[in-house]
Amino acid sequence: MDKQEKLPVKKMMLILSKATIENVYACFILANGARMDGIESEIFFTFFGLEAIQKDKLKKLHVATVGNPAMHIPTLLGGLPGMEAFATKMMKSEMEKLDIPPVDEFLEMLSAAGTKLWACKLAMDMFKIKKEDLIDDLDGVLTVGDFYERADGERTHMLFI
Amino acid sequence: MSEKTIAGYSVKCNDQGFMEDLNQWNKEIALALAKEESIELTEKHWEVLSYLQEQCKNETAITIRKVGKSGIVTIKEFYQLFPKAPLKTASKIAGTPKPVSCI
Repeated sequence: MDKQEKLPVKKMMLILSKATIENVYACFILANGARMDGIESEIFFTFFGLEAIQKDKLKKLHVATVGNPAMHIPTLLGGLPGMEAFATKMMKSEMEKLDIPPVDEFLEMLSAAGTKLWACKLAMDMFKIKKEDLIDDLDGVLTVGDFYERADGERTHMLFI
Repeated sequence: MSEKTIAGYSVKCNDQGFMEDLNQWNKEIALALAKEESIELTEKHWEVLSYLQEQCKNETAITIRKVGKSGIVTIKEFYQLFPKAPLKTASKIAGTPKPVSCI
């Protein structure tokens, strides 16, 4: 037998630690793409990643224009007032053309698709974030240990963003 | 591309089992394809299938988001109707090409 038996991924466990829009979208698209292919997915929002599930912040996420060589604008220009907002607006309009939803709608989509959304307890304590500050679709608040416990099946992958 | 016999009809399919020509599709084929996926087609399923076919005829790239906004099903219901990979499974049964979207 030449052909090896295929062992497809069963579960993706994503850890989102950043709040720049390019990282948030990378995480959401990976989680949603998994569900679209019948793969389970879960997201653990920690550190700055918590901004993506805070009701009063999730609509105001920005792309990083400073310290990001792929923006192809000089660092000094990237730091000018309004630059981040401008770059973010441009990126959002391009994404809408590809039918990529805004952050709030994307979270609803993920929840409807069965992606589990978890907040990191330690990061919440550190930033003094209360559960009421977070989206209603949240599945709960976990410790790192709790999150690892959920990765107990075979062919489960963990990804840090 | 290969010829495959589904429900007694000879249809053109790609190597992943997606039909190549929507004109060859009929309800008997859909029933047979749904059976392969262990899905019993209800009225709601048929509505989704005809929506996908309409979009295909209009050459609109289909996404789960669009299905959720179609007014036929919510995203949650779509996942319930076609468990596992809803867009791919539904497209396969509808005789439309394999979706290329990541959304």
